[in-house]
Amino acid sequence: MVTDWLHHLLILPILLPLAVAAVLIPIDERERTLKGAIGFASTLVVFIVTMILMRLAAAGEGSLPGGGVYQLGNWPAPFGIVLVLDRLSALMLCLASGLALAAQAYSMARWHTAGHHFHSLFQLLVAGLNGAFLTGDLFNLFVFFEMMLAASYGLLLHGSGPLRVKAGLHYVAINLAASSLFLIGVSLIYGATGTLNMADLATKLATLAPESRRLVETGAAVLGVAFLVKAGMWPLSFWLPAAYAAATPPVAAVFAILTKVGIYVILRLHMLVFRTAAGASAGFGQDWLLTGGMLTIAFGTIGVLASQAMGRLAAYSVLVSSGTLLAAIGLGRPEMLAGALLYLVSSTLTIAAFFLLIELVERGRDAGADVLAVTMEAYGDFDENEEEEEVGVAIPGTMAILGLCFCLCAILLSGLPPLSGFIAKFALLRGLFNGPEANQAIPISAGDWTYVALLILSGLAAMIALNRVGIRTFWASIEGTIPRVVVIEITPVAILLAACVFLSFQAGPAMRYMQATADDLLAPLVHSERVLSAPRAGGQ
Amino acid sequence: MELILSAGIGALAASGVYLLLRPRTYQVIIGLALLSYAVNLFIFSMGRLRVNAPPVLEPGGAGDLLRYTDPVPQALVLTAIVIGFAMTALFLVVLLASRGFTGTDHVDGREPPRGD
Repeated sequence: MVTDWLHHLLILPILLPLAVAAVLIPIDERERTLKGAIGFASTLVVFIVTMILMRLAAAGEGSLPGGGVYQLGNWPAPFGIVLVLDRLSALMLCLASGLALAAQAYSMARWHTAGHHFHSLFQLLVAGLNGAFLTGDLFNLFVFFEMMLAASYGLLLHGSGPLRVKAGLHYVAINLAASSLFLIGVSLIYGATGTLNMADLATKLATLAPESRRLVETGAAVLGVAFLVKAGMWPLSFWLPAAYAAATPPVAAVFAILTKVGIYVILRLHMLVFRTAAGASAGFGQDWLLTGGMLTIAFGTIGVLASQAMGRLAAYSVLVSSGTLLAAIGLGRPEMLAGALLYLVSSTLTIAAFFLLIELVERGRDAGADVLAVTMEAYGDFDENEEEEEVGVAIPGTMAILGLCFCLCAILLSGLPPLSGFIAKFALLRGLFNGPEANQAIPISAGDWTYVALLILSGLAAMIALNRVGIRTFWASIEGTIPRVVVIEITPVAILLAACVFLSFQAGPAMRYMQATADDLLAPLVHSERVLSAPRAGGQ
Repeated sequence: MELILSAGIGALAASGVYLLLRPRTYQVIIGLALLSYAVNLFIFSMGRLRVNAPPVLEPGGAGDLLRYTDPVPQALVLTAIVIGFAMTALFLVVLLASRGFTGTDHVDGREPPRGD
């Protein structure tokens, strides 16, 4: 009986936010606190459920209710639609709902008053995200993707204003075009293999006729482009900085996970479909991912250095993070996977915290201050005489806390020891240099060296850019008023950063989980077998 | 029939992409609509082209698969049409909001220096 209930936990992260979103719509907009409370409670429940699911997944597939497979119409896999939970999807679920929780708490201080139906849209976004992580079926992935995107259009426009509407127009147009590509890719794959179930696809690809194989590869490439637009691979990423910088802070913080949805799907499909089991198609598209990923890191790094406003700096950091992960997948080293997953978690948490922090820091400054700061840097300070008189100015308490958070963000983003940003990058590089056996050196190609150089340079660039902004903001404050910050706003930032710190201290258990996840991904046929042979609920 | 359908999809997709790249929001939305028609027809054709073959089994009829067409792409097309339609409606709202804010229908929210 208990396992029965546990089994239904799998669908709760999708159903609960959907139901709550519907309940919130008729409630009057003036009852903001009530709406916020209901929404927050729902996200909190989802977060707890995903924590339970992750604990179960960590213990291995055997301890998952129903083997981690939930048959929606109680039909077995290739015919019915299934939800599949494994270590990777549990990790992504947990990350997404944790971020959503922090962003929602932050929004309740003031941002949810900026427009209508914020909490409904937010719940729909959570439902779409969770669905995209859980689904085991390509077309259902499309449906959840569209649900997530529709909510994200509304959230990006939240707060309105010419800047957001302009960024929103571009964002909607580009994503609609990408959705068309998604559909073309899915239907090509269906036309060639006759299945949409990912697990079934993995087993069928090995025994496919050569003429169908060409079609599947074309379909996968078209599908890949759709996800790469979402993940922000150069040159498909020019919409991203404008859209992310224009979004309201809590929305931008959840958007940090949207690019990771693209990466998740690419990782999932790449590992499931195009690994060794794929026969002649093994390693398909790997070179494209590697080259594109490295170009994305380079583009993001230049963007980080060139940004004047902190919002754009954070948006370009999203690109650097995407590029690092795409190139890591493209390198195709099984040993790097665990490091890449740790990097994914750490960088997403950091960037989300940074987006939330930016608005708090910039609240006390006027819009022209950034441009002025850079101009002053170029032409020298005007008031050099006054500097000698100011010996030690007391830093107000608020600024001290904000500054501390900013320092943590800078350390995490640039990948300096001792925090998790460094550990993740170190794990990536260690996987690159070491073979499967400990201390066994393997030949390293020019592409690998380029990756190493880019990874380290991007960290350096982040450090330079953040130092520049940090010094201008916290040490040489120009006529700035002290921002008024309420506890509910700084707490989510602190919690997200604390999660990164926790990840640094608990790096051992975290890496063990990531390694187990990577091992799962490297055995796609075991995964397929589990999905396809799952029994129906309630016997035959 | 194959030739007509593929030419139709090609013409729709080509004009859709051309319009999508034009500078006026109205052209963009028409382009997106044409593109989604092309995609829907494409999904439909992935179930193979059959004439006079129903997608659902008839009650009491023989279960001979040769007499039926693949029902899955038709279900997919239905979903894709609904979602595409909703998204186009949403885009229309954003388009109007943009027009209201900027007073122009250019996609960048401002007229280029010299006419285009």
